[in-house]
Amino acid sequence: MSDLIRKTAAELAGLLASGEVSSVEVTKAHLDRSAAVDKAVHSYLYQNPESALASAAEVDRARAAGEKLGPLAGVPIAVKDNLTTTDAPTTSGSKILEGWIPPYDATVVAKLRAAGLPILGKTNLDEFAMGSSTEFSAYGPSRNPWDLERIPGGSGGGSSSVVSSFQAPLAIGSDTGGSIRFPAAVTGTVGTKPTYGAVSRYGLIALASSLDQVGPVARNVLDTAMLQDVIAGHDPFDSTSLPESLGSMTEAAKKLDIKGMRIGVIKQLSGEGFQAGVTARFNESLNLLANAGADIVEVSCPSFEYAIAAYYLILPAEASSNLAKFDSVRYGMRVEPNENATIERVMAATREAGFGPEVKRRIILGTYALSSGSYDKYYGAALKVRTLIQRDFDAAFAKADVLVSPTGPTTAFKFGDKIDDPLAMYLNDIATIPANLAGIPGMSLPNGLAVEDGLPVGIQLLAPAREDARLYQVGAWLEQAHENIWGKRMIDFAPELEVG
Amino acid sequence: MAKAELMNYEMALEQFEVVIGLEVHIELNTKTKMFCGCRNEFGNEPNTNVCPVCIALPGALPAVNKTAVESSIKIGLALGCSIAPTGRFARKNYFYPDLAKNFQTSQYDEPIAFEGSLDVETPSGKVHTVLIERAHMEEDAGKLTHIGGSTGRIQGAEYSLVDYNRAGVPLVEIVTKPVFGAGAEAPELAAAYVRSIREIVKALGVSDARMERGNVRCDANVSLRPHGTEKLGTRTETKNVNSLRSIERAVRYEIQRQAHILANGGTITQETRHWHEDRGATSAGRPKSDADDYRYFPEPDLVPVQPSKELIESLRASLPEKPADRRKRLAADWGFSELEFRDVVNADLLDSIEETVAAGAKPQAARKWWMGELARIANESEEGVVPNITPAQVAELAALVEAGKINDRLAREVLGYVLAGEGSPAEIVAARGLEVVSDDGALIAAINDALAAQPDVIDAIREGRMQAAGAVIGAVMKAMKGSADAARVRELLIEMANK
Amino acid sequence: MSEITPDLVRHLAGLARILVTDEEVEHFAQQLSVIAESVATVNKAIDADTPSTSHPIPMFNVFREDVVRPSLTQEQALSGAPDAADGRFKVNAILDEE
Ligand SMILES: [Zn+2]
Repeated sequence: MSDLIRKTAAELAGLLASGEVSSVEVTKAHLDRSAAVDKAVHSYLYQNPESALASAAEVDRARAAGEKLGPLAGVPIAVKDNLTTTDAPTTSGSKILEGWIPPYDATVVAKLRAAGLPILGKTNLDEFAMGSSTEFSAYGPSRNPWDLERIPGGSGGGSSSVVSSFQAPLAIGSDTGGSIRFPAAVTGTVGTKPTYGAVSRYGLIALASSLDQVGPVARNVLDTAMLQDVIAGHDPFDSTSLPESLGSMTEAAKKLDIKGMRIGVIKQLSGEGFQAGVTARFNESLNLLANAGADIVEVSCPSFEYAIAAYYLILPAEASSNLAKFDSVRYGMRVEPNENATIERVMAATREAGFGPEVKRRIILGTYALSSGSYDKYYGAALKVRTLIQRDFDAAFAKADVLVSPTGPTTAFKFGDKIDDPLAMYLNDIATIPANLAGIPGMSLPNGLAVEDGLPVGIQLLAPAREDARLYQVGAWLEQAHENIWGKRMIDFAPELEVG
Repeated sequence: MAKAELMNYEMALEQFEVVIGLEVHIELNTKTKMFCGCRNEFGNEPNTNVCPVCIALPGALPAVNKTAVESSIKIGLALGCSIAPTGRFARKNYFYPDLAKNFQTSQYDEPIAFEGSLDVETPSGKVHTVLIERAHMEEDAGKLTHIGGSTGRIQGAEYSLVDYNRAGVPLVEIVTKPVFGAGAEAPELAAAYVRSIREIVKALGVSDARMERGNVRCDANVSLRPHGTEKLGTRTETKNVNSLRSIERAVRYEIQRQAHILANGGTITQETRHWHEDRGATSAGRPKSDADDYRYFPEPDLVPVQPSKELIESLRASLPEKPADRRKRLAADWGFSELEFRDVVNADLLDSIEETVAAGAKPQAARKWWMGELARIANESEEGVVPNITPAQVAELAALVEAGKINDRLAREVLGYVLAGEGSPAEIVAARGLEVVSDDGALIAAINDALAAQPDVIDAIREGRMQAAGAVIGAVMKAMKGSADAARVRELLIEMANK
Repeated sequence: MSEITPDLVRHLAGLARILVTDEEVEHFAQQLSVIAESVATVNKAIDADTPSTSHPIPMFNVFREDVVRPSLTQEQALSGAPDAADGRFKVNAILDEE
């Protein structure tokens, strides 16, 4: 295994800046790694070596010419396949978009290009990001490098597995109900869902517009911070984009100080329903924080009981409308029914053939939640619950600077365990969903390994809207504390993948 | 399709009270579309004014056009509406190939403007107050062309082609409350209402307001109920009524059609109907049904609009005068008789005459041209509009007549050349040498020739029988092929008689 | 009896333009009944006075100046189309209307 692929993005950036390695070398090392392991892991839906190497060569040239470059220039990255790219097909994990090459780059992709990060390829996801395991990808699941029989989390299992299998130091994810944080937790990596509006959604294939947020994925907190600094910022093409800057996450990640911080433990997100090993590691981290001078307080968020229900109304409702555009007219698949092929029937036959069962299930549920006669009972009621959840957070953040919980109730489960039980699958998001409903930032970082299965456990940090920096400050400290105890980074406990 | 049976109009009104409701869509004349920076322009190559947003590419997001919002507020204010402290966009979900996202971004329960009213004068001179329920912002759909089958009709077409250039063009939809009490004038009121709306948006400068281009489109709701009853009848919504004349005809037709059905014990189906100008009839579209469950919900990709008091007041201060006030002012300025003025209004020529007067013509001369010769040409043309002439050109023509450079007959000839695109009236007169002859020498020679054939005329004039002069003037005109200055010929004749 | 009947699923699939098979209808009706019952619990948390939140971060008046930006070329616009003719997207005949 090349030494380069185990380095953090920050380390690579240092080597690149000092001229010890070229971006072409770094990019090539990661492409080689993919050639060796991605058959087994299946992080990528598409790889674009020529384009990545060309970008790398351009950064090397610019550096040689003495041009001013961003801090991550030359560090390669993988991008979730629900962000549009002009040089690679963009499918969002669906057959209905197979082979579609967008005529425009997502804002985040444009920012990566401008910052000189070569894009290695597009990572796998549950179809249209609907899922917690990548089992709903139309192109087959990605696998967890810790145990190839287990899920890498979802929907962003491609991005979590790509960084945890050392195929890329950095990746972009999107998080609608935990799609960055849960995969990070089960793969021993770091992922942040920034404040809603902190990162542009322009070019992100929408799942639920009021919940979706693009965010950074990496193997440690500092890299994640550096990546958020590259992709964040106001975008006039996204009307919900925050007008103001949230400051430097990179600096926050370097503070390594939590003295006097008030850390709130959410009563409703612990205990029952959480795997014992998950809870044990969570409590250990609370002790670490307390011993380092943080104030641990308990906060109560009674409305969280209804968060999943509200989420599984708002998400399908918005998704049913967002996905209406896939109609066989302007792009994507077209299926002609055998008889009476009017455009109406062509649309319906295409959507029948092009969408997988989970997508159809959610579209039909969302259509129901919005239909006349059901609106008040379902969608309307869910919007009200959303207010209650925000109020719970407001009250909690009056007592605490950062809230903590386990990221997911369990470690990575096995393929097939929950695929036929939508409700069980939905329960997986219990701890991550409230942040999306309230628009606040959340991060998951490694929190040790569960005693019972030796698999990674994640801890979730939550901060008030626009206070993303607090996540990086506390996260970086906790990461350091864990490394001191465990003796090495959590990701270094992952078994070596067989190279084939 | 069998033509529906109709009840005689007077009989229908004896039995039923007519209730109408009008939905008028105004296409705004902003530079760009409602939610993207594509050109809002008519007549370009198909699918060249499109971008990821307006052809609904995955990942694209809308961004609201500020000018369109201001135009919408102006329209609301001009209709006496309250402006909502918070206006929200909503998605109206339905599948149709001209609707790229398969939802229309519109407004639902929080429109930008609501509760207004408009005084509308019908041709009879009666003023009706039409109550406005709301005016809201939305976007236009693309354009479908049906190929194969019978002449561009949807039925029997083999396939259809979609051009999204118009998709996302800003629209303001103005919806009235049910209009009661118009009686026999309901059709005229409907047309007069749309005319007033057109005048308002034109005066505001927010729309080109050209009905033939679809800048102003009207859906007319009609329902009947027996006189003296409370409950509203089932209504039909007639679409595709895109000229003032069609609106009047379509409403009248629906009254007669519905009256026949109701009088014969039938029931009206709540449905969308289509107006066919050629047949002078409406036909049933899709019945309203469950399929019209539009599943409105707040547009999550856009944030609410909260116009500030300052913005509203500055827009209010910029409003032009109300159409009714304008009419009063113009009627007083121009000095037309009441009947003359009403005819001008009904012929939809206020703007043209106002602009002609502004270009220097006398009001009566402007009226004479627009209501006379130009109206005649318009009536004879297929589209019913006069092409190729500006109010300034009409004013120039009138000025040439006024100055005696040309007479009426020559002026009509010059007009023909203007319409043929030969240039301005003055240029044509110069180029074609059409000026009247007022040179005394040439005129006297012609008069003498005419007198030689009619020697008694001079005596008759001397005796005060002026009508006798006509024969000589006519002969001089004929001899000079119409270019003689008739007034000068008359003066010369009197001079000669008095010698 | 559950409120999500097979007929309702068929109706909703029609609104959503999905040509579901009979087998799928049965399957979805069962699954969605369970889900619908579960999500309906939101009504226990709220009352008539609870305000709605449709945007997670409250913002107002975000506008774009009325300035023309470059559009796609016709070729780019049509590049993903399953079928096109005469610079336009081509679709099968439309049922309905008139
Ligand atoms: Zn556009």
